[in-house]
Amino acid sequence: MSPYFAVIKRDLLLSYRQGADLVMVLAFFLIASALFPLAVGPDPVILGRIASGIIWVLALLSVMLSLDRIFHNDYDDGALEQMEISPQSFYLIILAKIIAHWITTGIPLIILSPIIAIMLNLDNDAFITMILSLAIGTPILSLIGAIGAALSLGARRAGLLVAMLVLPLYIQILIFAISAIDASINNFPVRPHLLFLAAILAAALPLAPLAAAASIRQAFE
Amino acid sequence: MTSFIASKLSCLRGQNLIFTKLDFELSNGEALVLSGENGSGKSSLIRLLAGLIKPFHGALSWNGENAFNDIASHFDNLLYIGHQNAIKSPLTLYENLEFWANLYGDGRDLKKTIDEALTAFNLTSIANNRGRILSSGQRRRLNLARLLLSNRPLWILDEPTVGLDKKSCEYLEIIIQKHRNSGGMVVLSTHIGIAIPDHKILDLNQFSTININRVAS
Repeated sequence: MSPYFAVIKRDLLLSYRQGADLVMVLAFFLIASALFPLAVGPDPVILGRIASGIIWVLALLSVMLSLDRIFHNDYDDGALEQMEISPQSFYLIILAKIIAHWITTGIPLIILSPIIAIMLNLDNDAFITMILSLAIGTPILSLIGAIGAALSLGARRAGLLVAMLVLPLYIQILIFAISAIDASINNFPVRPHLLFLAAILAAALPLAPLAAAASIRQAFE
Repeated sequence: MTSFIASKLSCLRGQNLIFTKLDFELSNGEALVLSGENGSGKSSLIRLLAGLIKPFHGALSWNGENAFNDIASHFDNLLYIGHQNAIKSPLTLYENLEFWANLYGDGRDLKKTIDEALTAFNLTSIANNRGRILSSGQRRRLNLARLLLSNRPLWILDEPTVGLDKKSCEYLEIIIQKHRNSGGMVVLSTHIGIAIPDHKILDLNQFSTININRVAS
């Protein structure tokens, strides 16, 4: 088996056997979205207007809450430093771990999002765009989140630090994803917004593992 | 003939100079045992030799080449066992070793290699149990079993005997002896008894700057 595939397989197996972690992130996504109709009132027009924003902000927060899974456990038990001094490229090991994180967090969020969209009365025309925006956007969340998670290794109150580091970097993803969904509601072309998202993904894919690997090495010093 | 030579190594951690002007030479089949008080820098030296931290001054050379110039090929030469056991509780013992064997990627017969490693540390009977049931001594043994997953000339072991009973120490002595007979080198730090025949000793107290100051005052 290719070593990088082995990393993905191991992380998937770990999150399958520690299923509670994943369930909690998804439960947070669902429960938090159920709060909005209670908070802003049950008016379908108002909910439909803010549905895309709620879904995306909660997707950001859910991914952020799951970021400590990428590196922290492996850092604490010494597995991460063993991976660094293994003969394989540390950069690709990091990329494999990020891919595994996306499979265990991003994909379940994408699958769950239509339920929340129905609950919040999102415009029917916008469903496909919402799923597309999540499909392009959630890998970026994992990639950029990995940099934050790597920088916070060894820090006290790592969770809060990750939020401070990562949320500002998530802003541009939010802007393009929401404008894509708004465009499809108002019958404007969706393509340019999704292309911007895809461009961010194309930049983050090679660069984020590089930054994450460098920050992890810093943590070992 | 392989040589592993440290010359005038100094290690700076934060504001403190842990040790300075440290030299040693190691070649095929030799073992180096690090001794010294707590805080004399044994673990720092071990992490430095493993390439995890860079020396503040001095050079580490492998066959005459500076190891830190091409750190990736230095990593290919060594196996490092640190304080932490790097064992995943939800995975079985076999799965734990399988992951590392894949990562080391020697292209050997995976199943046979893992079985041999489990046998060498007497873990075969619990190979399919989850990591969470292991006692601390068994965790240590599983971690040491990683040494047998790949053929590397240099083993760097940080207090490998912690948590091991007498019997388990013997398993370790046997694989270290085999490793040295086949031309491998071993660097280890230890407090308690493990019999390593005709080894070199490096006393870190000698190089500790803190002690030098103490003597001077």
